[in-house]
Amino acid sequence: MIHSLFLVNSSGDIFLEKHWKSVVSRSVCDYFFEAQERASEPENVPPVIPTPHHYLISVLRHRIYFVAVIQSEVPPLFVIEFLHRVVDTFQDYFGLCTEAAIKDNVVVVYELLEEMLDNGFPLATESNILKELIKPPTILRTVVNTITGSTNVGEQLPTGQLSVVPWRRTGVKYTNNEAYFDVVEEIDAIIDKSGSTITAEIQGVIDACVKLTGMPDLTLSFMNPRLLDDVSFHPCVRFKRWEAERILSFIPPDGNFRLLSYHVSSQNLVAIPVYVKHNITFREGSSQGRFELTLGPKQTMGKAVESVLVSSQLPRGVLNANLNASQGTYTFDPVTKLLTWDVGKINPQKLPSLKGSMSLQAGASKPDENPTIIIQFKIQQMAISGLKVNRLDMYGEKYKPFKGIKYMTKAGKFQVRT
Amino acid sequence: MSSGSGFGDEKGGSSSVGEPEYGHDPASGGIFSSDYKRHDDLKEMLDSNKDSLKLEAMKRIVAMIARGKNASDLFPAVVKNVACKNIEVKKLVYVYLVRYAEEQQDLALLSISTFQRGLKDPNQLIRASALRVLSSIRVTIIVPIMMLAIKEAASDMSPYVRKTAAHAIPKLYSLDPEQKDQLIEVIEKLLADKTTLVAGSVVMAFEEVCPERIDLIHKNYRKLCNLLIDVEEWGQVVIINMLTRYARTQFLNPNVNESLLEESGEKAFYGSDDEEGKEEKAEAAALAKRKPYVMDPDHRLLLRNTKPLLQSRNAAVVMAVAQLYFHLAPKAEVGVIAKALVRLMRSHSEVQYVVLQNVATMTIKRRGMFEPYLKSFYIRSTDPTQIKILKLEVLTNLANETNISTILREFQTYIKSMDKDFVAATIQAIGRCATNIGEVRDTCLNGLVQLLSNRDELVVAESVVVIKKLLQMQPEQHSDIIKHMAKLTDNIQVPMARASILWLIGEYCEHVPKIAPDVLRKMAKTFTNEEDIVKLQIINLAAKLYLTNSKQTKLLTQYVLNLAKYDQNYDIRDRARFIRQLIVPTDKSGALSKYAKKLFLALKPAPVLESPFKDRDHFQLGSLSHLLNAKAGGYQELPDWPETAPDPSVRNVEVKDSVPEWTKCSSREKRKEKKVEKPFYSDSEEESGPTESADSGNQSNQCWLSFHVLSKQNYTRVFLTRICCLIKQSLLSGAEEKNRAQKVKGRRSGSESESEEEEESESESSRSESESESESESDTDAKKKKKAPVTKPPPKQAKKESKKEKKEMSLLDLDDLIYRSFKILPSVTLHSFPQLSRLHLLKSPLLTTSCPTIAPSGSVKTYELLHRITGEGLGVEYCFSRQPFSPDAHMVAVQIMFTNNTNAETKNLHVEDPKLQSGMRIKEFPEIELLPPGEMVTVVMGIDFCDSTQAANFQLCTHIRKFFVSIQPPVGELMMPVFMTENEFKKEQGQLMGMNEISEKLTLGEKCQNEHGIVQRVTSAANVSRVPCGSDKECRFAGKTVSSGILVLVTVATKEERAAQLTVNCEKMVIGTMLVKDILQALTQ
Repeated sequence: MIHSLFLVNSSGDIFLEKHWKSVVSRSVCDYFFEAQERASEPENVPPVIPTPHHYLISVLRHRIYFVAVIQSEVPPLFVIEFLHRVVDTFQDYFGLCTEAAIKDNVVVVYELLEEMLDNGFPLATESNILKELIKPPTILRTVVNTITGSTNVGEQLPTGQLSVVPWRRTGVKYTNNEAYFDVVEEIDAIIDKSGSTITAEIQGVIDACVKLTGMPDLTLSFMNPRLLDDVSFHPCVRFKRWEAERILSFIPPDGNFRLLSYHVSSQNLVAIPVYVKHNITFREGSSQGRFELTLGPKQTMGKAVESVLVSSQLPRGVLNANLNASQGTYTFDPVTKLLTWDVGKINPQKLPSLKGSMSLQAGASKPDENPTIIIQFKIQQMAISGLKVNRLDMYGEKYKPFKGIKYMTKAGKFQVRT
Repeated sequence: MSSGSGFGDEKGGSSSVGEPEYGHDPASGGIFSSDYKRHDDLKEMLDSNKDSLKLEAMKRIVAMIARGKNASDLFPAVVKNVACKNIEVKKLVYVYLVRYAEEQQDLALLSISTFQRGLKDPNQLIRASALRVLSSIRVTIIVPIMMLAIKEAASDMSPYVRKTAAHAIPKLYSLDPEQKDQLIEVIEKLLADKTTLVAGSVVMAFEEVCPERIDLIHKNYRKLCNLLIDVEEWGQVVIINMLTRYARTQFLNPNVNESLLEESGEKAFYGSDDEEGKEEKAEAAALAKRKPYVMDPDHRLLLRNTKPLLQSRNAAVVMAVAQLYFHLAPKAEVGVIAKALVRLMRSHSEVQYVVLQNVATMTIKRRGMFEPYLKSFYIRSTDPTQIKILKLEVLTNLANETNISTILREFQTYIKSMDKDFVAATIQAIGRCATNIGEVRDTCLNGLVQLLSNRDELVVAESVVVIKKLLQMQPEQHSDIIKHMAKLTDNIQVPMARASILWLIGEYCEHVPKIAPDVLRKMAKTFTNEEDIVKLQIINLAAKLYLTNSKQTKLLTQYVLNLAKYDQNYDIRDRARFIRQLIVPTDKSGALSKYAKKLFLALKPAPVLESPFKDRDHFQLGSLSHLLNAKAGGYQELPDWPETAPDPSVRNVEVKDSVPEWTKCSSREKRKEKKVEKPFYSDSEEESGPTESADSGNQSNQCWLSFHVLSKQNYTRVFLTRICCLIKQSLLSGAEEKNRAQKVKGRRSGSESESEEEEESESESSRSESESESESESDTDAKKKKKAPVTKPPPKQAKKESKKEKKEMSLLDLDDLIYRSFKILPSVTLHSFPQLSRLHLLKSPLLTTSCPTIAPSGSVKTYELLHRITGEGLGVEYCFSRQPFSPDAHMVAVQIMFTNNTNAETKNLHVEDPKLQSGMRIKEFPEIELLPPGEMVTVVMGIDFCDSTQAANFQLCTHIRKFFVSIQPPVGELMMPVFMTENEFKKEQGQLMGMNEISEKLTLGEKCQNEHGIVQRVTSAANVSRVPCGSDKECRFAGKTVSSGILVLVTVATKEERAAQLTVNCEKMVIGTMLVKDILQALTQ
């Protein structure tokens, strides 16, 4: 399936290669570089590139291209999903997946890749299994290893590999047993020029951090499970139980994992927590344009809208922007024409606004496109869909765990057309 | 020397133990003088006794490999360490070995013995990794050793080693394809493996080595389907893709009926009398096809077991299931995949890219599926261009008369985008909408004409090209647009647009007689500076004008042709020469010039604006070939459905296997054992009641009894114990019972057939199984029930009225259950149940008295399906038995009673051609082979009404006639009882207030003023159960709809005199209102 893997950094250097079958010359990447040149933006490189003898399937994460070389028919999503899983694993091991981190840990990376694929077919991708095979590098462990001469590589077959719960290893022990769940919802919306909502949907995830001793069996129930329209689960969730009772029942993996991601049914009206008043105009013949933007909260159920960040790609003709922010700071990059305004918290009594003028290229005609405004925000302690966890119970173990649930709402792809 | 620079930037050895030196600027290296020294340095470290030094050396070597530097000259030094005790060193040596073994074959052989030793290690991890490395060494000499190792590992006791063996198979195959036959044997062996760990890997090997040997799958098909949910995600993808291909060769097209229906309908109209000879053959073929489509249970199993995987977090799995449904599922069921695919659109942009490509293909075939998700495809300014263009494609495919206005409005905003490639694509999309949907053609055209004044040239050019295509469809009405475009030639510089305008003017020069010559004049002036495609069109225009209006344009044409004659481009020179010969009549010119006008101004067919995704679905969706629209190496063609299904029995696993299983689950203690054996998920399935076990496919068939015992619903348990009693008694004391049965039979109907003898022997075979079945338990149970006081005897009058009927009904219920129980025993056929029903008749008083309190099936109404006069002697009645329909819990069980009133036998009674509302499903009863005259037979079929009271229409066929019949359920039959406590009831009711609550005041009818009367009336109107209640002023009932399991709560509160209030709480308002009406009627009468 996957023949080879090349990692390419943003300046076009191949800084790591790994082959699972016979060696493929790195010159195959030339086809990739060609496609990269043709694409105007880094994300416009086609994920699948056919070459005379191979196919290149690539993903772009953290400004690194992961280019897999394929020789014969294989579902492209299979490869793409696997590459993303590789990146997630690196992130899990090294904290962040940058070129420097990979170069620093090249041996661990190599050992990981060796375990994850056998002859191009995925072998072990569960982070719990991998961590038993190859222990993540920490400073302490490096020191200990240097002194005692022990290694980072496990000698026994990971317990998860053979059990019916491959995602959890046996013999987990904690002194503080705790289970935290974060319900994070994102609002994707497109708001019309006039302020009416064109489309809005809520996507949510429940991320968990479970540190429990032994083999706990958890059940999580919701007050209003009907809200969840389309769900996808971590493999640990018992699907039949969900189908029948709308209860999440699972033996959790150890550590951090995504338990569930869901989509809130589109019949429910989505509350849009912020509104934008805008007036961006360019006058024909004049080299000035007006820019006015005011933000305000609405439908937030009394919670504060925080970490608000507004950004907008202004038309190419704009030379500079001379604006005045009532709150926070703004920057305008004259090269990329990107305007960003870090607003912070919205105070409902004194609405933040950004007003001023834009100077246009002299003599150029008025730009006929209007910029789109992209808004990011966070609302703590609230899931905008109204989803509420009813209770969390643990079976199978005797101790009493500490349980915590946190709610948060964020802007996903939240755009306002002007 | 490439290795030189590789070592250049490695820092000196022992100073930095434990930290691989890698992150240094490559440019800083290149000290060539020290190269050899450094090699020696590494070699020295590898030769030392200290593991830490070895490790350090290996780490540096691996770092070199990772960067693509050549480290092959260290081979001997490294291989020596293959037997190193330190596991990390060993692993790194493996990495090195696998990388360079192919280049240094002889030296690599040195290491083989180590692996052979490793293969016998007691630690399974070491065995597995030895096999892994051994099979990864690409040296042909060791092929026999590898073969041996794989064979041995394939029967290893550790599943992990067996999995590794499966992985090794394709490696060996790619090294030496000659080994194929032997490898297939190993694959066959591993396919029979029952662990989930192996399943994915071996199917992978199967796909790479012998995808054509579909026969190897037969025996493992059901196992694979059942294991699927527990297999790791990557294996799931491979298995699902393989099973898709398998299903295409083994099952019939589930959608064949829809296309055939139309065809056969036409035939009936036209092909009646004439042309008999010719049509006979075709008709015979059609007849063969017209046989009702019944989905193979194995086909259904695959669909059912893959469906939950749509919820997987792995996009590849979701896509695999989606393509399986697209290629295999009946049209009505494909819709379920849309939601999951739309969900994937939230994922990484690469995933989006692939999913959108597939969605685009799907939308062409099945547009309706994605229409509800139209808005999910709206484009955001932050999407990468390639995603935008694919979304646009999907939006265009989804456009129809109803949503076109919203889509066009959306397109309007896209045109203002800064991304010009995207704007161009939007304009093309508008053009395609305009051609596909006639109503908006003018609107689109006007919109595009407005774009002609856009400042961006690209936009204008693209609009011109699209307008040209649109105008070709109806040029007469649009001469003003052509005029407008003629004016544009002064401004537009994009060659394609200029060429398009010129072509338009030439083609329709008769509509713009005044402007055309003027345009030619202008173009002649700039001819030399134009692009080639424009020049060609100028010549074209000149020729056309010369033919229509030679007076004005003769000189101009000559001039243009002369210019073209000396052009640099030979295409243009050729064209000029060719056209001159054609249009300018000379004495030498042949017959062709007479037809010049016909040649140039022939009516040209309007272009069809097609989606680039049309016909892509001949590639299996989700595949690389589909994405590239070209066959990739190793792509396995998706076969067409077979005309007739191959023998389904090939998938049967030996009976020997299935019988023990049945006995195993029929006794309680053993069932527990079984539970332990089961995989993780199936475990929880069983616990969660009847709905679940119906879903779990084969398993439920194997042990329906156990599931009934388990089920929380008491009434089934009571029935069950009774049946057990009856079967046992009947079988043990055969003769005596038979006599009594005969008596009863005589009482009931005079002329039932005498076929007990053979039936007896048939049912005997089941004795062994049934005997062990909960003997003592059922006995005591039965006694208890007998003694149990009848708490609520039904009112006398009602009882009298329905006494006979009731008796029959409860019997029939038993029939139903028994029939199901016997379905599993292969030797017992349908013939055996008339006898059984007679046996039960004896016990019927007992049953009827003990039942009403538990199962409110007191007065079941029978409806007529086919009157015996219209049915030509065949009378058919049906009723809703209110029993759960075990093959599919979402279906309402409908009992059908056939009476043959003729003097002849009726044969082959079966259902054909169900015509159902979307979403509705039918599970036909098994064909009744023979119905002797005067006999009566009862069968059960399941219908999923989708919680609507729409009728299910189908044909009832005998061997001679077909009758169109329809079953329309009263709303009360669409639900089944739910047992809940008062508190639960109140809680649920609290959640179903407002819109979901319907109340009605009423005056109770004379006969149902007391509580008992109300209970009786309500339960007869709807299949709900009584909820215990503290107050005597209120009666509460609860039920849930059969199909979607939505709660239905009914409350009747009595007040002074005969006044009362009826409240129904239900999420589905339609059901609520209808139910209120029905209950109201029942109570007021």
